[in-house]
Amino acid sequence: MTAHETTSPILEIESLRIALPEGSDRPLAIDGLNLTVRSGEIVCLVGESGSGKSLAAGAIMRLLPEPRVRVVAGTVRFEGQDLSTLSAKQMRSLRGSRMAMIFQEPMTALNPQKRVGWQIEEVLRIHTSLSRKERRARVLEILEQVRIPDPASAVNAYPHQISGGQRQRVMIAMALVLQPKLIIADEPTTALDVTTQLQVLKLIRELQAKFGTGVLFITHDFGVVAEIADRVAVLRQGELVEQGTVSEVLNRPRHPYTQALIAAVPGLNPPAPKSFDTAPVVMRVEGLHKTFKTRGGILAPRRNAVAAVDDVSFELRQGETLGVVGESGSGKTTVSRCVTRLLDADGGSVMLGDTDMLKATRGELRARRRDIQMVFQDPMASLNPRKRVVDLIAQGPIVHGENPEAARSRARELLALVELSPAAAERYPHEFSGGQRQRIGIARALALNPKVIVADEPVSALDVSVQAQVLKLLAELRDRLSLSLLFVTHDLRVAAQLCDRVAVMEKGRIVEIGETATVFANPGHPYTRKLLDSIPGRDWTPPLLAGTAA
Amino acid sequence: MSMLNYMLRRLVQAIPVMLIIMVGTFLLLKLAPGDTVDALVGDMGGADPRFIERLRAEYGLDQPVLMQLWIYMTKLARFDFGWSFVHEQPVMTVLMDRLGTTLLLMISSLFFAVSIGSLLGAIAARKAYSLTDNIISTLGLVFYAMPSFFLGLMMIVLFSVKLGWLPVGGIQTIPSFYEGWDYVKDVALHLIMPTASLSLIYLALYMRLMRTSVLEVADLDYVRTARAKGAGEWRLMIHHIMRNALLPVVTLLGVQFSTILGGSVVVETVFSLPGLGELAYKAVIQRDMNMLMGIIFLSSIVVIVVNFLIDLLYARLDSRIELT
Repeated sequence: MTAHETTSPILEIESLRIALPEGSDRPLAIDGLNLTVRSGEIVCLVGESGSGKSLAAGAIMRLLPEPRVRVVAGTVRFEGQDLSTLSAKQMRSLRGSRMAMIFQEPMTALNPQKRVGWQIEEVLRIHTSLSRKERRARVLEILEQVRIPDPASAVNAYPHQISGGQRQRVMIAMALVLQPKLIIADEPTTALDVTTQLQVLKLIRELQAKFGTGVLFITHDFGVVAEIADRVAVLRQGELVEQGTVSEVLNRPRHPYTQALIAAVPGLNPPAPKSFDTAPVVMRVEGLHKTFKTRGGILAPRRNAVAAVDDVSFELRQGETLGVVGESGSGKTTVSRCVTRLLDADGGSVMLGDTDMLKATRGELRARRRDIQMVFQDPMASLNPRKRVVDLIAQGPIVHGENPEAARSRARELLALVELSPAAAERYPHEFSGGQRQRIGIARALALNPKVIVADEPVSALDVSVQAQVLKLLAELRDRLSLSLLFVTHDLRVAAQLCDRVAVMEKGRIVEIGETATVFANPGHPYTRKLLDSIPGRDWTPPLLAGTAA
Repeated sequence: MSMLNYMLRRLVQAIPVMLIIMVGTFLLLKLAPGDTVDALVGDMGGADPRFIERLRAEYGLDQPVLMQLWIYMTKLARFDFGWSFVHEQPVMTVLMDRLGTTLLLMISSLFFAVSIGSLLGAIAARKAYSLTDNIISTLGLVFYAMPSFFLGLMMIVLFSVKLGWLPVGGIQTIPSFYEGWDYVKDVALHLIMPTASLSLIYLALYMRLMRTSVLEVADLDYVRTARAKGAGEWRLMIHHIMRNALLPVVTLLGVQFSTILGGSVVVETVFSLPGLGELAYKAVIQRDMNMLMGIIFLSSIVVIVVNFLIDLLYARLDSRIELT
């Protein structure tokens, strides 16, 4: 890394302060940020949500939503030039040509009404005087470089016609087409599957080395940091708490906040396998099938049906946690919806005790739902915003005929169980943070004393430190109440931490199922191996830090 | 191939729609008290009951309602709209005579409303919360609150009576026999005030919709992406914002085409334009059943065709939509 010290800095940020509008949770989004990016190096800016990391990027590009959010002090120098002295026009001529940006969500960051080729070409049209033919050729060349299959037909595709990973490649192509000196990448791989994420990270690394670009890489994921960074800066609530080379910060963090963050990163060491052979089977799923058909009308041809879940079988024993892992589109969420019969399956059986959930009548189903409850991914969207927390939790038992008063007092007990204060009962969901809301969701699931909890990506919307707390809570509750968990996740680190067994799904089928430790150590199926190899930062083991265990 | 398939399917779907409309309105009209004979006799100032009975039998009004319906529908299936006893002409002839004027009025009003409305809305959104925005928004409110008949009358007072710039009513200057461009100019002059009074309320609607739509799109990620590419304000507006903000406007356009037909009744009456709206109004007063049914049939066809065209336009504008 010492080579970078000698190269000239492209970006120098000095004591930058960004003001937030009045009435925000704090007056300054960024308070005194100092950061340097040299050519040919990747600097990761790490922070949890609300740390102000994206606003820092906006300030560099001068794309803040002014005048509500504005820079109040400090300088940003790009290739030695103070950006605040430039006119709007000069700034525009820098954007896209000398400094470029890659955004997080490739679906919304591309104009849905313009062809991919047009959108890349636009950069050339704005900044160069190349002819139409030369522009076309350059677009094809850059698409080739970001390794989009069949560039000639990709240029004519609309964004919705290509996959998420390819859209992100298009974003990268757009940023790189004029070989800028600085690229700001704002969570560019967060919305992608692990295997795609790894490819995109490698691509950024490779192209950056080839062109000698300086990269400011914004992320919340320490795995990604370990994968890609040369240097790391950690941001908390707008303040820079620590800065250093990647090995310094990841392996010997000095600031307590960094230490806590790193301690919260789930390691890839699954728990020692426990034997559940003696425990009774609470749920047995056999030959589950679900095909999504598109409805055809009069004269309309029926489109090809897609098998979302194809012959899936597993059993869940008391007190056991089964992880269902796979990439998006693998059918893991559909499984969770079918076993709870929120979706009607096309075939197979889900035995819960001695009732087949799939064949249960309405009355039976209603009674059986007591035994199987769900925790959803988005803790905001899954709580009715117009109801008080106590009513949200007590609703289930009341529907099942419990005395409302008794149900409410039990709801208050449950709040204590999920480590929320009893005062929370009278408040509304929007008054809570994401992690607290997910605790409410768990309390709601527990209200009916279920035997099985189906959790669909319950922690993927949460920051890493909050994620660790919620996972710990789930594990504790599981052991205390001998619950069985069906845990759906795309994050193998999370699966490694919590699950006794994992089922790996690909294209609607379970390709491998077994004890987590065994599967992780000796993956039997090539797909499992590919997934495991794609975990960002898999070669980095978070250090055990004394006194900071979460 | 798939396009032809699609058009064929839409055609097939239109048949039951038309059937429901025609049967429904026929029965509804029969529910209303009084028929053509009552209206005629009323005009004559009374008549001998035997004469009335003979007249009813001649018009086929003595048959049971369902029989009348059956007779009407079988004739309609052969595109025979019957005879108007008020106009003493085949209904078809009268309708075709009037259709042009109404379509001209509707299309010019909508065109004016959509183009000027979207433009003003876009300007207001780009200068949101400024003086320009406030003026445009206030004007919109005034336009929206103003009844079209009142606006029409006031315009006649100002532009025709006081200033003498524009003709009071009608579709052309009666004693003149203009040809070629002179004729076009004459008709255009006659249409200025009717178009203005019919379109201002819709203009206000499109303006508000476009303002909201542009404000919403301007905050989206891909507009930020375009900014990060170094695009100037014009380029942002034309290629990235307007293109996407127009989609809801097109949706509303399809819905409004049918309501503007109703609005034309008032405007055609105020400006004594020989159009369908005015015809419909008189047909109701005179209980001219055949004429009324003919107008309803024709306007339903127009609405169905326009909806189809809007769907095509929408598919053209929004790359994500496929016609299947």
